[in-house]
Parts: sequence; structure tokens; C-alpha cells
Amino acid sequence: MFNATLKSLLSRKLRLLLSGLAVVLGVMAVSGALALTDSLTRSFNALFQTVDSGIDVQVNATPHVDPSQTGGALTALPLPASVVDQVAAVPGVAKAVGTVAADGARVIGPDGKVIAVQGPPRLGVAWRSGSSLVELREGRGPETPDEVAINANLARRGAFHVGSSIDVITLQPRRTFTVVGIFGYAGGRDSIGGETTVAFTEPVAQALMLGSPGTFSGINVTARSGVSPDRLRDDIKARLGSGYQVRTGQQVAADDAAGLGQFLNVLRNFLLGFAGITLFVGVFLIVNTFSILVAQRTSELALFRALGASRRQVLGSVLIEAAVIGLVASTIGVAAGFGLAALLRKAFESFGTSNLPSPGPGVPITPIVAGYVVGLVVTMAAALLPARRASQIPPIAAMREAATPDKPLTTLTIAGAVPAIVGAAAVGAALFFDLGDYRLWTLIAGVLLVFIGIAMLTPAISRRVVSLLGRPLSWSIAGKLGRRNSSRNPRRTAITASTLMIGIALVTGVSVLGSSLKASLDQLTTQNLRAQLIIAGDATGGMAPTFDPAVIDRSRQIPGVASAAGVASDFGQVGATVVPLEAGDGAVLRDVFSLQRTAGELRTLGPGEMLVGDQFASRQHVSTGGTLEVATRRRGPQTFTVVGIYKTTPLLPGPLLSVEDAATSFLSPNPTAGYVTVAHGASVDAVQKQVSALLADNPEVSVRNQTDFAQQQASQINSVQVILYILLALAIVIAILGIVNTLALSILERTRELGLLRAVGLLRSQVAQMVTVESVVISVFGALLGLVVGCALGAAVVRALRDQGIPVLQFPWGTIGIFLALSVVVGLVASIVPAVRAARTDVLRAIAYE
Amino acid sequence: MSNRDLAARAVDVWKVYGTTEATRVDALAGVTVDFLRGHFTAIMGPSGSGKSTLMHCLAGLDAVTRGEVWIGDTRVSDLDDRGLTTLRRERVGFIFQQFNLMPTLTAEENITLPLAIAGRRPDRKWMDRIIATLDIADRLGHRPSELSGGQQQKVACARALLPRPEVVFADEPTGNLDSRSGTEVLKFLQGSVREFGQTVVLVTHDPNAASYSDRVIFLADGRIVDEMADPTADRVLQRMKPLDAA
Repeated sequence: MFNATLKSLLSRKLRLLLSGLAVVLGVMAVSGALALTDSLTRSFNALFQTVDSGIDVQVNATPHVDPSQTGGALTALPLPASVVDQVAAVPGVAKAVGTVAADGARVIGPDGKVIAVQGPPRLGVAWRSGSSLVELREGRGPETPDEVAINANLARRGAFHVGSSIDVITLQPRRTFTVVGIFGYAGGRDSIGGETTVAFTEPVAQALMLGSPGTFSGINVTARSGVSPDRLRDDIKARLGSGYQVRTGQQVAADDAAGLGQFLNVLRNFLLGFAGITLFVGVFLIVNTFSILVAQRTSELALFRALGASRRQVLGSVLIEAAVIGLVASTIGVAAGFGLAALLRKAFESFGTSNLPSPGPGVPITPIVAGYVVGLVVTMAAALLPARRASQIPPIAAMREAATPDKPLTTLTIAGAVPAIVGAAAVGAALFFDLGDYRLWTLIAGVLLVFIGIAMLTPAISRRVVSLLGRPLSWSIAGKLGRRNSSRNPRRTAITASTLMIGIALVTGVSVLGSSLKASLDQLTTQNLRAQLIIAGDATGGMAPTFDPAVIDRSRQIPGVASAAGVASDFGQVGATVVPLEAGDGAVLRDVFSLQRTAGELRTLGPGEMLVGDQFASRQHVSTGGTLEVATRRRGPQTFTVVGIYKTTPLLPGPLLSVEDAATSFLSPNPTAGYVTVAHGASVDAVQKQVSALLADNPEVSVRNQTDFAQQQASQINSVQVILYILLALAIVIAILGIVNTLALSILERTRELGLLRAVGLLRSQVAQMVTVESVVISVFGALLGLVVGCALGAAVVRALRDQGIPVLQFPWGTIGIFLALSVVVGLVASIVPAVRAARTDVLRAIAYE
Repeated sequence: MSNRDLAARAVDVWKVYGTTEATRVDALAGVTVDFLRGHFTAIMGPSGSGKSTLMHCLAGLDAVTRGEVWIGDTRVSDLDDRGLTTLRRERVGFIFQQFNLMPTLTAEENITLPLAIAGRRPDRKWMDRIIATLDIADRLGHRPSELSGGQQQKVACARALLPRPEVVFADEPTGNLDSRSGTEVLKFLQGSVREFGQTVVLVTHDPNAASYSDRVIFLADGRIVDEMADPTADRVLQRMKPLDAA
């Protein structure tokens, strides 16, 4: 039996290839995602081991706001110099050195723009000679306040050399320095992990990077010989008391790696999500392929039964076939996955994190095991249903005409309604009720169930819909035949179309969400934002760009300006929740943002006062006059009194604090955004030019009118959409394979018909046209299903987010049209190979074949 | 006899399979035969005698190795694929043992299929006459799967005759039918020759079927070995016996 299975498998290489390809792609995505994150994790671990190698114990201030929730920028809380002395006095300490290092030293490059990074920090540090890690390559360390040394990575990227002048934006506005030295790192590295570093003299670094002179971001401690780091850590901890983080060098390395590990986990889960979609679509393809194959082999399988094979053996033979396909495809998929991971790693490195340390030797087991398990399980699970059907073929079928009539669709339709309804309910529950941690999983399970349900319901409508879709294509006899062919086997057509439906539904959902988001933003800016001009930064790295508050003051002096207000922003923590914080003039911002008062007063705030959104207020159970403890990054927990509550708006997401509190509590008190209202009758363009002139020396920040501002926001949404589209394209590629597969198998099945058509005078080109019409009809059918499901899903998500900043539901009709047109292209592409095959049918063999 | 009286002819036709002397098989070895217009000719022979190959070559379904094949005044061996396709569509009709109807089309659509492919409208009167003769008027809206074997073959007959081809080739048309349906089909073919002046070439190994023809050509080992005018089943059977034994 096993032998017979293998023989039959090898005799049909095309189907092996096509049904295997879906598994290959899915497995490739799974093991690629795992292999990439595995290799990056190990590289970064190696990196942090190096960086933190010379440190026995490190002391930092305990952060007031959980740094893992604030975007991960390397921010440092200042430690007073007295703490360094305290630590130095602990017995067992050989040396305690205060260090200054923080993210946010933005260097202006030769093109006048800030040198951008993606991921790694832009460090500003205090120069320290004699470090074992740092190797001075040229010149010397900074000695006067206007001198800096830079790392070789920055020198290369900005084309700086010793003697160049260099402009740096820090917590303070742009300042010009002279480069006096260029340094690298042990092992000839230009950077440790792609970061840029500017080394100032210690007092300058303290002022510019930490915002307070005489403080340090950390203390590196060397132990006296014979004292263990663990022991020393405990001693220092005991001496300093609470409020400090005391860790051994190993712990620091582990924590640093874990921080990055979180980012890598997110990346991995993101990629695995798309791998999952690919596999899910692949399952449809495999189910369909095996169903067709079993149907075509009915008489062969019945013969086995007639010759005495048991049901179990027939079941086994189909499953073995699936297992062989799964095994071969997984092997190719895992190999391709490692290739993909290597490629992505290259891309990742060239993206900014240049020359990462090698991940070290060792074969990562997880991606291999996961790849094989996923590949085998998916293939065999998908083959189970067709295999069961195969085992139920009665031996008598060997003697009958091969084609068994289709079972009525009633059972299938009723069975399909169940997952569709349950799925829709789950999606609804996930979107409109607070399910906590289960929300995402409920949503995913719901969407998958909806897809399965619709795939099962589709055969019931497919004949009618497909026939209708084919009508415009059936002006010729070839088109007519193609249309008839596409509606002759509703199950087959439906499941093939369903594979495309899934991909299209997901891209449509993303598109609906994106266009609604853009429309909402648009509405927000045009209807609620009273300021005609918006000053805002273009983020080029981890931190939001800031600008000199003097720009706001000077803007106010410009003739024609009615009001100008700056908003500083930071993160704070309420209880365990990290929240965004804003600071600015409450009275002005009330008008600029058209804030609607729901309680208290919306006015200019004094220290210790705050305005909050109504949603925030109800979540935190505070009302006007009530108090709330909010921890800020610089000052820690403080009590604020709520003086007013406004209707929550995305324009002002967080609680608003006073300018005075921002100065003492925010990491940077400088504004990240500014709003300029132009007086009635004054020219907006003229004012924009003048404000723009004020910002001339800050390339990170620009002033835009409302239209441009909305467009800039939209372009950010667009780029996210494009990434999602690219990843979802994999699902559509599999759908194309599915159509090719179905057509190829159908053509094989219809060899005799094709022969007859050729015999009675159909031209080769007409045969090809017939296949193409069938392909296009199936494809457009799938796309239509996908568009409907996608619009419904997208609309549901948008409705659920109505109060979270997406009040407008906007269907992207243009994009929907493009998707529909694209589905015609998909149909055409998928039909190429099958059409050529069909056209080449040998008439004589086709009709002589008994 | 001029070409105008001939519906089809083969002149010294060879069909050779295999490239080396050792594997060489002569399916047809120098066959020369004329098919008169308005005649009903049967080609008989034991299996492997080349009768189907001869029919395929005559109908433009298969290329000859050497020699000439004519349909009317067209030299078939000169045609390319497009020309052959048009020839089959407009000047040749087929009836197969396996009926070979399109399962997606109704009986009527199957009948008009060759004309539809050619983009021509059927001659309604002619079509009605064929349908009436075959007695399938009440079956026109049915799909092949809803028809009996005999009915399916009648639909195939109508399809072959409707475009008024120069020759109808019927390859074992009764092979899959019960004797009553078989007789109906054969009588129809005979009638189409007598009443409509249709030319019919029937390939069969059934002496009874051959007895409906005007002339029987006997083929063995790729050569014409005999022919018989106004055959009866008994005479054909007698003639076939030594051929079958060989």
C-alpha cells in the first residue's frame, strides 16, 4: 500500500509541487521569523556582554516611569554627585565613576538634516579617557566646552573629521561644537550596535543630556580584588537605601538584552502572525487539492478497496501522501526560512544597526523544529477531511463511471453557518466588550472562524454568483464555456475563491481602517483644530523632536498672529499604567483644540494643577477638585489636582499640566508641538514664512498648514499600510497558486472534453481563452467575497474605535476598485500555465483515451 | 472520376511509428482509398489493423508520415493547426464511441457547438428536420448527464450533421449502446446518406453495423485487403473470419 502511494505521488509531480508550495511558503515564513529573531537576540546578547564587561556593579536611579512602556528610548534619570562619593566610600569598592550617557544627541548632517537612526540610540556622553572599550583613533578627547569627540560611525555618516564644526541638538536647542577626536571600539568597530555617539566634556554633557549640572546618569563600580560583584551589589544597596537600582554587570547586560528582547518579541510575533495567515490560506489550498485528487482517483481507490484494502489502509494511504508532501515541503521551507532570515538580517543591519556582532556558533533548534511541526501538522490536518472521504468510497465505485454526483449542499451550508455566526459573535465581543487579555485572541479566533464559515457557505451561492460574473465574459463561445466550467463544481470554485478571499479581506480591512483613520484625522484638523499653522517635528529616531520655546514667544510677535502656544510632552505613570502627559497654556489650548468642557474650568494652569479628558477621568475615577498621583520621569510621584475635565480628543491625548510643572518634571520642557492661530484677515502664507524663518536652524521641526499637516499624518498611515500590504501579499501569492492548482487539476480531469472541443473545431487560442475566463471569474468571485468581508471587518473595527480617535467610517472606494482590478490580473496570471497546458492538449490522445 | 465526386480520399498514405528499424510499426502502409460523395462507407478490420488511424488521418486529427489526404479539394496534409481546426469545424463531423458531449452544455447547445465556435447561426429548418428525424425534440434542454446513452449518441449525431459537413466520421458509434439504440443510430446514419445525401465513413468491427453501409473496406496490418459492395452481416462476418484469425 505504501509503495503504491509513493508511486502514485511521484507520477503526479505537478500536484506535488503546487500543493507543496503553499506549505513551503508558510513554513518559510514561520522558521524565517524565528530564525531571524533568534539570530538577532543572540547578536544583541553578545553585544551587551561586551559593553557591560568592564563593570562589576552599576548604580542608577530607579526610573519613576516604567521604561519598557515608553518606547524604549535610553533615558537617564540624574544622580547627584554626592551619590558617587557615597558609593565610593562603601568597603570593597576599588573605583566608582560617575558616567553620563543618554539618548537624544541629534547631529545635523552635511545636508542640513538631522542624521536619522532606526532603532539604535543617538548617544550623548561625557568623555572619559582610559576606558577599555573605547579606542581613540584620531585627535584627542574634548577639553573645552565647545569641543567634542565623536564615534567613527557618526564621523562616517556625517562626513566629519577632526577640525570640522558639528551642530548638535540635545535637551537644549542647536549648538555648534568643534570635532577634536574620533574614536572607535575594541575590535576595530565603528560603533557598538549602530548608534551614533557624541562625547562632550563632563559638565557640558551633564547640562545638555541630563538637564542638570553636577549629576550623573549612572555610576560604574569596580570591585576590589577578591570581592564578588554580588556581594558588592548587596553592600552598595544596603548603603544607598531605596530609590536606586544596583545591579551587577551581568544583570545590566541581561536587563539590556531583555529590553531589546521585548522589541524582538514584538517583531517575531508580528512576523509569525503573517506566517500564520499564510499557513491558514495554505490549508485551504491543500484541502482543495486533496479533495480534487481524491475525487479524481475514486476508481483507483475503489479498486484498492475491491482488492481487499481496508478503509483504514485507504485513509492511511492519503495521509501518508500528505505526510510525504509535508515533509518535503517543510525541508525546503525551513531551508528557505533560514535564507530569508539571513536576508532580512542584512536588511536590518543596513537599516542602521550596522555590523552587529555575529550570533556565534550553534544551530538554532526552535526554527527547525517549529518549521517541521507546523508543516507536517498543517498538511496532514488539511488532508484529513479528504482522506476520510476517500476511505468512504465503496468498492463498487471501481466498476461505475468515475464521476460521483455532488452531494447536496444543504448540510454544508448549515454546517458553515455555525462557524460564521460564532466567529462574527466573537469578533463583536472582542471589539465591543472589554475582554482584557483575551481580546486579541478572541478577535483572531473570531476572524478565522468567519473565514472558515464563509468558505463553507460560499458553495451555496457560488453557482449563481459565478454565473452572473461570467456573463460579461461570455460573448464568445470560449467565454461561455469558461463561464459554465467555473460554475460546474461549486465546492471547488468556492474553496479556491476562498483562498483569495482571505488575503483580499485582510488587505481590505487594513485599507478601511487606514482610510477611516485618515478621514478622521482630516475631520479633526479641519473641524476641531483652530490653529491654521502647526509646528511639529519629523521624528528621525527614538525621541520626539523638540524646539526652542523662544520660537513660540517670537511667533506671537509676528504681525497677524492671534495666538501661539507650545505643547511639551512626556510620559508619566499612574499606578502601573504609563500615560502620555502634555503641558501648555490651558486657556489657549482650549481654544486651539476646541476643547469641550464637561466639568470644572478649562483655564491656564498653575503648578500642581491639571486638566484631564473625560475618558481618562472615568478610568481613574477622578472628578473636578479631586487629586491624582502621577509619577513624572524626572521628579517621580506628585499629586495633581484636577481643575477641569474636557471631552476626550485625539488632539490632546494625555492629561494637561502647567508649563511650570513641565519645566521641573518633564525630561525635556521644550515643546514638541506648537500651534499658531492667525488673526482674521491676515495671510496664513505670510505668517507661515515668518514662523518658518524662526525654525531655520532646527531641521527636525517644521511649520505646516492644516492641509500639509493632515497629509503628513496620512503619509505615516500610508507607510504602515504599505508594510502590511507587502506582508499580506504572501497570502495572495498562495491564493494564486491555489487557482493555478485547481485549474490544472480541472484541466487534467477534462482532458477528454478539451480533446472533443478541439476535434469539433475550437482553436488553441480559444481553448486558452476558455481557461482564462474560468480563472478570472473564480478570482473576481474570491475578490468580491474578500471585499465584502474585509469592509465588514474594517467597519466593525472602526466602529469599535469610534471613541478612540476614529469617529469617521470611510470606505476606500478607489482602493477597493484597484483590488478588484488586481483580482482580474490575478486571474489572468493564474491562468497562464493551465491555459497553455490546456491549449496543448493532444486531440487524438484526449479522445482516444478510454 | 473527378475530385468533385469525392468527399475524401487517401493516396498512398503511410503512418509509421518508431524511429529505428527495430521499433518501427507501420500503422498504415500505403493506403489508397476514395470515399464517394453521398455514400456510406464502412472501414472494418481486426483491432490493430489501422482502421482508427486511417480515420484520424482522414479527419485531420492525426498527421500522416507520407502520402496525401484530401477532404473535397483541400489537401489536408498542407494545413497547419489553424487550418486543420477550421477544416474540422466546417467540413468534417465526428461521432465517437464515448459520445463526447460537453457536460456543461444542454443537448441543444451541444448540437450547435461547432457552429457557435465558428460564430455561425444554425439553419433552423435543417436543425428541426434533424431533430425530428432523431426524435430528440423533448430532450433539447437537458444536460448529457440527464440523457440515456442512446439519446446522448443521437445528440452527437445531430451535432455532427448540423454544419452540413462534407464527411461525417463515426468511430464505433454503437460500441457503447444497447442493440436497440445502436440500430436507431445506424438507421439514422443510413437515412442521412439516402435522404440528405450526406457522406458517412463508419469505423467498426461489428459486421452487423457494417451491413448498413453501401461498401465495406477491409483493413489488415495497415493495408486494404479487400472491399465489398452492398454488404450483409453474414457476408461481412465470413470475410472477417480469416482476418481476425491472422
